[in-house]
Order: sequence, then structure tokens, then C-alpha cells
Amino acid sequence: MDIFAQLLVNGLIAGGTYALAAVGYSMVYSILKFINFAHGSIAMVGAYITFFLAIQSLHLPLPAAFFLSMLLTALLGISVERIAYRPLRRAPKLSTLTTAIAVSFVLDAAVMILMGADIKTFSLPVMQGYSIGPVLITPVQIIIIGASFFFMLLLYILLTRTKLGKAIRAVADDPSLAEASGINANVIIAAVFGIGSALAAAAGSLIGLDTNLQPTMGFLITIKAFAAVVLGGLGSVYGAIVGGFIIGIVENLGVWVIPPVWKDTIAYGILILVLFVRPAGLFGSVEQAGVLQQ
Amino acid sequence: MLRIENLSKDFGGLRAVDHCSFEVPAGTIFGLIGPNGSGKSTIFNLVTGFLLPTEGEIYFKGERITGWPPYAIVRKGIARTFQLVRVFRNMTVMENMLMGPKHQAGENFVAGVLNLPAVRRQERENVRKARELLAIMGLERFENEYAGNLSYAEQKLVEIARALMTDPDFLMLDEPASGINPTLVENILQHIRRLRDEHGKTILLVEHDMNVVMNLCDWIVVLNYGQKICEGTPETVSCDPRVIDAYLGV
Amino acid sequence: MEIAVHLLVLITIYGILAISLNLMVGMAGLFNLGLAAFYGIGAYTSAILSRNFGVPVGLSLLAGVALSALIGFIIGLPTVKLVGDYLAVVTMGLGEITRAVFKNWVPVTRGPMGLPGIPHMSLFGFKLDTAPLFLAFSFVMIAISFIFVERIRLSPFGRVLRGVREDEMGAQALGKNTYWYKMIALVVGSGLAGLAGGLFAHYMSFIDPSSFVMWLTFFIFLAIMMGGLGNNLGAVVATGVLMVLREGLRFAGLPPAVAAPLQQLIFGILLIIMTIFAPRGLIPEQKPRYD
Repeated sequence: MDIFAQLLVNGLIAGGTYALAAVGYSMVYSILKFINFAHGSIAMVGAYITFFLAIQSLHLPLPAAFFLSMLLTALLGISVERIAYRPLRRAPKLSTLTTAIAVSFVLDAAVMILMGADIKTFSLPVMQGYSIGPVLITPVQIIIIGASFFFMLLLYILLTRTKLGKAIRAVADDPSLAEASGINANVIIAAVFGIGSALAAAAGSLIGLDTNLQPTMGFLITIKAFAAVVLGGLGSVYGAIVGGFIIGIVENLGVWVIPPVWKDTIAYGILILVLFVRPAGLFGSVEQAGVLQQ
Repeated sequence: MLRIENLSKDFGGLRAVDHCSFEVPAGTIFGLIGPNGSGKSTIFNLVTGFLLPTEGEIYFKGERITGWPPYAIVRKGIARTFQLVRVFRNMTVMENMLMGPKHQAGENFVAGVLNLPAVRRQERENVRKARELLAIMGLERFENEYAGNLSYAEQKLVEIARALMTDPDFLMLDEPASGINPTLVENILQHIRRLRDEHGKTILLVEHDMNVVMNLCDWIVVLNYGQKICEGTPETVSCDPRVIDAYLGV
Repeated sequence: MEIAVHLLVLITIYGILAISLNLMVGMAGLFNLGLAAFYGIGAYTSAILSRNFGVPVGLSLLAGVALSALIGFIIGLPTVKLVGDYLAVVTMGLGEITRAVFKNWVPVTRGPMGLPGIPHMSLFGFKLDTAPLFLAFSFVMIAISFIFVERIRLSPFGRVLRGVREDEMGAQALGKNTYWYKMIALVVGSGLAGLAGGLFAHYMSFIDPSSFVMWLTFFIFLAIMMGGLGNNLGAVVATGVLMVLREGLRFAGLPPAVAAPLQQLIFGILLIIMTIFAPRGLIPEQKPRYD
């Protein structure tokens, strides 16, 4: 029972990071109806930038490195959108998917060349953990889950209370109508990519803090984020959050019953299962999702 | 030939088709009209199997076809065109035409790969038939042109010709005259009349253009908000107060 | 000279992969991103049967093809009705799960240690244990595959596939049971990929999970885009060109830690450029004429 509780807590922590990654993913999907396959790689770049700034070179205090990384990654996301995705806005969906995958490969390769393929960790000083009943939580884990919630809350406020948020929701709902109302869709799309990438960077850095850094982590983050979005329901940003937590928990509880080497496969399994059994996910609608061939 | 009974279709909270019933007799040109959003295209999609009805039944040649997949319905003898013309844009006109005929031996994987004599014979026959049809429609010079390069009107004719290649008994035309220059519309109407008169086909058409409808149809059903509000000959329908109300009282 | 022969063998093997992917993606419009999985299944099946159970190599090769095709069938049943993007993601996920199986099912696949000592290809008792001999065999194999898939392309069946790729709903409105056409394309394509895998296993005599990564699928993808989607000859030629380029990069004198990702970087950028400026591939499909 103790192990169960501990695994559950670990699952919640990981789930928080996945939820954060998924939320950025879902935002981009709502606006452009396109699966940004490079999302995980962008998260990975964010993680590595944080690492570079904090540990490898400038030795900035971690929070500063963290936020700077979010900013720089946002710029990266906006550039990627401008260079690789915007020319394809009218192209068939398959073209954008191909390009997104290519972008992820390019980013992965670039990081591998610049930072090396070895596993890196943030090597924070070991701190005393807190015991809550049978469960042990380290301060880092508290920071991670706290940060996840913080950013999700920030996003909620942005989307519902600000003018930008309203504009984003307008464009997501009906782009031509939004344009006709005087909203510049291109600017909004760039903003969404920027915000989504910043959130991805945050998620990536937090995942790096929770586990470690390797150039191949991008792909896994993409799959897990996508699984979370699909599970929660395509088009539902809050569904993505729920999906993220579910995946984190199932993953961590899963290693109780199956050998740990299969841990990452769980997310794939969930993804495939959802798409076959209930493509709309938990909170979406099938017709809206457009998953099945007519 | 075609009979729909109590057909209804809901999309979430919206009832697009509401307990519609009518029967299309063989050898007629039957018109389905109504204001925008009255459910005409939805009925088309329901009959051809692209949508599943919420309620009601569809019968073709006496057989119940409700819930059948599109390809099975087509095989029974129904062919359709689409409101916004759909041809295979990156395939040549001849290729488009050759996609039409049903029961092609060459479409079977093994027979096709082995290029059996029966396959080659059928191909030659189909090419000949296609050329005949294209000539009738005046499109023979476009045989090797990509369908996407033709003008809208020409594409519409290709779509109709291609539908004819399936050798249907029942042809469903979704707004055949829309988007076409008025001078060319008469051309299309001629072809449609000829299909009924010379080839004994039954035609169900959806149309907005009242001139086309009045000129062409033997019998008309009028829809409004998914319900049938009136049916009869063109003369009867055009004088019916409910129809006038539906079209003008929007 | 040895390098040239080795390169040519690899080109024939990857060429078969390119033809198989071209059938699935270029001709049928099925975005199968799990190609590496079928390649791997063919390789591991043939390797294990011949190595562990003494099955004659020709038979084990066929078994590899059959199993790949069968798994393609099973995967296809629920997957083929998904729309493009989702089909891509599901097949990618399945590909990765398969690779995880290769890596973790140690009792059967020996996991990351790989399978050494795979018997050489032998024809009627004659062992093809040198590279030039194998080249002759693999060349025949790719020629057969090429002719086979070309026959598909030129047949009415292939025409329906193209129609399905262009506009599936339109094809259904013409009475074509598009589901089965896609299934057949997937099964045949998977079988061909399995053939390539088996050939790879018996040529290299050693396989491990690292040969069956998503990067390979991506590389073949680039090849068929360069060669023109639907163009089988183009696919093979482009594979050759890319392989030569890859070898060239390897010889540029860079440390291997940089060479591999550099390759990935360059090819990735290449694919982005191609997708934006030449989405149907560099060489357009030929217009079929019926005279």
C-alpha cells in the first residue's frame, strides 16, 4: 500500500509535466488543426537551453535560466512556424505532418551535435525530502508539480481574461470570421506557437529536472503529449491536462505490474487504444475530431 | 425505383432531415428543391450511404438499402455527383472515366497484376465506351488532360460522364447547373433529358435554379427545414402558397 | 571496390524498402510510418528461424515475408479507416512498440546484444557467402519486386489505388470498396518490407534493434519523395543517390558522433525544403495513356 501511494505521487508529478507539455500541444492543435510533431523536440531544446544556461556555461541561478529558456524557446517556436509551417498552410495535411517530423529530426540532430548524445542531469544538491504519511517527496518534486500548476493557471488566465486570449479563442473557433473582425490571424498563430513553445520549454525543463536529459527525449515527449491530448479529447485543452495526469499515473503504477523497460511503451499503448476504441477521447466529440475516414 | 420512408437525420441538436418520405418512379426526372439548409444534400448523403439515418428506411428497387456502405449502394445501380464538383484532379480525364465501370476484372489484385487476357479485353472495351461518352459530351479532346486543368463546367460534365460509366439505373445529380455559365446550362440540361428519353434512366436532381427545375423535372418535392412541405408537378408546386412562403419568407 | 559492392547490396535492400513504402504511401496514400517495424519483423523472423531452428534460409526468408504481411494485415484492420494524420501516428507508435519488443524480449531476440551468426543465404545448396554473390541475388530480388509493383501500378487495381489516394470519398461513390484496396496495399507493402528485412539479416549475419529505428523510415520517406511519389523507378534511383550521399558524409572525416546526427540534420532540412517546394516529389508521375 505504501508503494502504491509513492508510485501514485510519482505519477502525479510526472503527470503534471506531461499535462504541461500536452496543454501547449493542444493549443496549437486547436488553432491549426495540425499535429505539431516537433512539439516534443522543442520541449527538449528548452530543457537543454536551461541546462546550458544554468549548469554548462553562464551558471545562472536555475529560475533565471528556466525563464530565459522559455523566452528563447518561444522565439524558436515562432521561427519554426514562420519558416516551415506557414508556407504549408493550404497544403494537404500530410505535408505538414511530414515537415513537422522533419523539423523534429533537425532539432534533435542539432542538439546532439551541439551538446553531445550523452545523458546529462541537473545534479542538484541532494536535499532532505519531506514525508507525508508513507510517501516521500523531495523539494524538487514539489517545485515541479508547483510549477506545472502555476503555468497551467497562467494559461487559463491568459485564455479567459486577456484580450489576446479572446483573440486566440476566436481564431481557433473560426479563422475567417476572426479575420473579418479585424484580428490578424498570422499574428495570433505566431503568438500561439510562441506560448505553446514556451510551455513546452517549461515542461521539458521540468522533465529534465524530474529525470534527466538526452537528445532522444523529444520524441518521447511528443508521443506522451499527443497521447494525453487524444485521451483527453482533441480540441479540449483541459482534457489534455486530465490526459497528462492519467498517463503519468498509469505509467508509474504500471511499473508495479510490468517490467520497467516497458514503461515508455505504456503511452503508445494508451494512444493506440484510444484511437481505436474511442477516438473522441474523454471530453471530445467524434465528428469534431475527424479521426475516422468518412 | 427509390423510396424513402420517414427518413430523419440529427446532427447533435440539429435535425437536418425530419420524417421525410417520397417515392421516385422509374424513368422520370425528379426534382428536390428547397431553400439553403433545407436538407437536400443531407438526403443525398443518406441515400448514397455517406451518412447513417437517425430514423427511417431507404428502399431501392424494392430492396432495403438503409445502412449499406456507399460502395454497395453504387453497385446496386445508383450513381451520384457532388455539389462541389469532385473529380480526380491529378488523374487524366480518361483515367477518371475508367474508374467508373463496375465489376472490372482488372480491379481484382491477382488478375490485375497478371494482366490476364480478360483484363486487357475489358480495358479496351471500357476505353471505347469512355471515348463514346466523352464524344457525346464534347469532351473527347481532353482525354489525356489532367481533370484538374479543365474548366469548372467541363469538370462537371466529366463527373456526370464518369457517373454514367458505372452504368447506373438511377442517377443522382447534386446541383448540376450550379457554378455554370447560363449559356452552358442548356447544354447540360439537354444531356440530362436525353438520359431519360433515350436511355431510360431515372434521375433525381437537387437544384437551386428554379428555371432549370421547372424546365426539366416531371415531378418535384419541396423541402424546408428538413421537412417535405409540398410535392407535385412544376405547375402545381410553383403556385403552392407554402412553397412561395418558404422561398420568400426567409 | 569492396565498399562499392557493399554499398550496392545495401542500395538493393533499401531499394526494396523504398518500393514497398512507395506502394503504401505513394500509390495508396497510406501514411505508414511504422515501416521499420515490418522491416525488422522480416529480419528477426528469418534470422531466428534459420539460426535457432535450422530452417533452410529460403524458407525462413519466406516465413519472414509471411509474418510481416500477416502483422500488416492485423494492424491494418482497425487502422486503415483512420484519417491520414492519425494513421501516421498510430503506425509510428506501433513501429516503436515493435522496436521495444526487439529490444526487450531478450529470450527470443537477445535484446540489445543482437543476433549474431545468422546463416548465409543459400540457393539450392549453393552458399552465397561473399558480397558479390549476394549482390547478384539481391539484385534479382529487387528486380522482381520492381516488376511486381510496377504491374500493380499499371493495372486497373493500381488505378483504383490512385483514385483512393486522390479522393477516397469519390472512389467510394464509384462503387469501390476502398477499405479493402487499402488493406491489400498495406499487406503487400508490409510483406515486401519483410523481404528486405530478411535479405538484410542474411547479408549482415548480425542484426540488432538499432537497425530498425524510425530514422530509417524517415530516410526511405525522403527517398520516395525525391524520386516522386508513386514513381517506383524514381524511388530506387533516389535511394541510391541518398545512400551515396550518406557514405560521402561518412568519409568527410568527421568524428562518428557528429557524422550521424549531421546526416540527420541535412536530410531533415532537405525533406522540409522538398515538402514545401515539391510536395508531390521531384519527378511527377507519368500520365498513363490508353492508345
